Amino acid sequence: MRHYILKRLLLMIPTLFGVAVLIFLLLRVLPGDIVELKYAGTGSYAPKEALARERAQLGLDQPLWKQFITWIVGISLLDFGTSMWTGQPITHEIAIRLELSIELAVMATFVAILISIPLGALAAVKQDTWIDYFVRIFSIAGLAIPSFWLAIVIILTFVIYFRWLPPLTFTSLWVDPKANLTQLIWPALAVGYRYSAVATRMTRSAVLEVLREDYIRTARAKGLRENAVLIRHALKNALLPVITVIGLEFAFLVGGLVVTEQVFNLNGIGKLFVEAISQRDYTMVQSLVLLTSFIFIFVNFLVDLVNAYLDPRIRFQ
Amino acid sequence: MLKYPDLSIVRRFASLLLTVVGSLAVAGVAAFAAETPRSGGELVFAVGGTPPSYDGHRETTFAMLHPVAPHYSTLLRFDPQNYPKIVGDVAESWQVSKDKLTYTFKIRKGIQFHDGSVLTAKDVKATYDKIIFPPEGVVSSRQATYAVVDKVESPDGQTIVFRLKHPSASFLANLASPWNFIYKADILAKDPRWYEKNIMGTGPFTFVEYVAGSHWVGKKNPNYFMKGRPYLDGYKALIIRDTAPRVAAVRSGQAHAEFRGFNPGARDDIVKTAGDQVVVQEIPWVCNLTVTINNEKKPFDDVRVRRALTLAIDRWEASKALSQISVMKYVGGLFRPGSEFATPESELVKLAGYGKNIEASRTEAKRLLREAGVPEGFSFTLKNRNVREPYEVTGIYVIDQWRQIGLNVNHVQQEEGAYFNDFRQGNFDTGIDFSCDFMDDPDLQLFKFISSEKSPVNYARYNDSVLDELYDKQSRTTDPKERLKLLRQFEKRVVDEKAYQFPPTLWWQRIVVHSAKMKGGKVTPSHYVNQDLRDVWLAQ
Repeated sequence: MRHYILKRLLLMIPTLFGVAVLIFLLLRVLPGDIVELKYAGTGSYAPKEALARERAQLGLDQPLWKQFITWIVGISLLDFGTSMWTGQPITHEIAIRLELSIELAVMATFVAILISIPLGALAAVKQDTWIDYFVRIFSIAGLAIPSFWLAIVIILTFVIYFRWLPPLTFTSLWVDPKANLTQLIWPALAVGYRYSAVATRMTRSAVLEVLREDYIRTARAKGLRENAVLIRHALKNALLPVITVIGLEFAFLVGGLVVTEQVFNLNGIGKLFVEAISQRDYTMVQSLVLLTSFIFIFVNFLVDLVNAYLDPRIRFQ
Repeated sequence: MLKYPDLSIVRRFASLLLTVVGSLAVAGVAAFAAETPRSGGELVFAVGGTPPSYDGHRETTFAMLHPVAPHYSTLLRFDPQNYPKIVGDVAESWQVSKDKLTYTFKIRKGIQFHDGSVLTAKDVKATYDKIIFPPEGVVSSRQATYAVVDKVESPDGQTIVFRLKHPSASFLANLASPWNFIYKADILAKDPRWYEKNIMGTGPFTFVEYVAGSHWVGKKNPNYFMKGRPYLDGYKALIIRDTAPRVAAVRSGQAHAEFRGFNPGARDDIVKTAGDQVVVQEIPWVCNLTVTINNEKKPFDDVRVRRALTLAIDRWEASKALSQISVMKYVGGLFRPGSEFATPESELVKLAGYGKNIEASRTEAKRLLREAGVPEGFSFTLKNRNVREPYEVTGIYVIDQWRQIGLNVNHVQQEEGAYFNDFRQGNFDTGIDFSCDFMDDPDLQLFKFISSEKSPVNYARYNDSVLDELYDKQSRTTDPKERLKLLRQFEKRVVDEKAYQFPPTLWWQRIVVHSAKMKGGKVTPSHYVNQDLRDVWLAQ
């Protein structure tokens, strides 16, 4: 087990290096550069000398291989450099947004779990009854409605009917929990609903499958109560694929809530991502891609560990 | 015999009505004028972007100017209530020598930086030296604007002198540039790039905090040199990049204002929700779109083809149609309609593409195309930014106009980076270009139209020594009437005779919607000027 964990951790290094090479090259293939967008993008005139000076300051006048080596050496020393757009350290730019993104991802996951597991299990137990049909319609609607659309509906309802809007600036949960929740509960609901739809359908089908297993029949034959059969035997085993789905969705949510963050004007990683790409902030995009890749790989790894814990049949070979 | 109705009663009623309405209007204006500014409160406004750095000399975006300008003073400024009149900011008075080569300014006494140190002419000199003669490694975006300056001197603590190489008609107005924040000489001497990440000014508000991507906060400077100002206790700039949440912020009342401007749809949405709790101010904007033609590509190297393209566009109809759905509104030549340089409509209609008989113009356009050997259904592309408003709607309109003279145009919308890259490389047939300036000024507005080898923002790829000469002449002519004559010649050559790149299709309308509680913020034709919030106050 220890050997497996170590191997998985070491494998992260070449994977992240591959991601680094890929994103570095892909960004350079895109036409246009940050200096052009900074000055010409505003419709104002900036002399060629100023543009050249800015390029030199950002190191863009250096050959590509040199830019790459400078960046990769910095990364290996945990120095992510500075944003080409703001000149601020990238770790600072990310740090001020990471709390919001992680909190939102956790809240959305919470919403999704609270909805999906009870509903999915209930639908499986009450298969082909009105309850099952209701849950299926509810979850299909969740899949069909994009979370950003739901977010827009929530915003417009508040603005048009109540002339109210959730706070537009982030307050940490530790500073003012009420203000924090007032801001984040709405995007968490919008995202969590869609997220729950995936997990509900997965829970339902997994529980249905497990309920047909021999050991469930045995448990019932032993005279166990239906609740005990369902919770202790069926649900525990049915949760394996659900946990995988929830884990991967969580990793996606940390950096992937691009549109929802824009609709609610949340100062998170997704919004930073979009801004950095549109501004051709190379160093920022590279760092964000590495960060989200790391989160994805790491969460994937954690999911594997949890699966092994829940199901002793899984062996790490 | 026809019997005419007795109109005297109607006339008397109309006269009474006019008197009542007139009295009410006068009373309203008087009441407005008599409103006593109230001190206190925090102004919250939305900004549609993130400031790249905090250095006004370096940046060119309003996203920096709106949150940062309240911390600084400038040498001169535009009168907040009477644009484009120029008044002193840290300058108390000034004199211009008879040969127009020496500008001498007296600096107000007792102006303090936010750290308590006193501002002197040394600080103003250091500021302008940084802008005009930037040291190695320092970016100054407006260095070329002041190329006319030979040297800046500060003979004593309260006097600053600019010596010019030749007379410049725009020089004084350029000293009112909102970008030219006055910095502290001692700080610049230690680190000329210090201001990129720090704030230290003499403006009406001191710096409190900036959370990147979220908000910027300033509070009242109790030692501000103008007694009784600012009225506000502070301000908070909310950074909201996307239009929909920015509109929602004003609509819900979470933000008092957004100073750059909304489109008509957003304006109507806000007014529908907030009713009389908001006020709308509208004015022609110093921003426009241009149809740029690649003069190096065939058949656009033929003046007949270029003239045909401009003749085909019905600008008057465009104004009616596009102003309903976008900020595109005012028909004008090379200068903003309403500005002192604008060509009057009676003269404008004589230029190619501005005539009101569109059928005659299109017949002429078709004749020119036939003469130039351009076949019916000739295909080419119009490159455009992938921004719906005003770019996409304008592109669609222009293409429709060209189809009516038998041309087949493909609309290629590009992401900003690719768009600029193609324009810079000359990889386009025609395209929609844009410009936005901080004031009405021929030096600024005509720069796009001089030879490409001299102007990096002229993407139309042509060189014309006649235009370059006219540009230099008008720039040095300090007699306003003489200058206006030169401007008309320049405009006729670009727009009519050569049609190198189309003159602005339409000038924009600046629509600012703000809370009715916000007072003292008169909207100007530029979203860059008047952003120091000195005169803004909040009613209860």
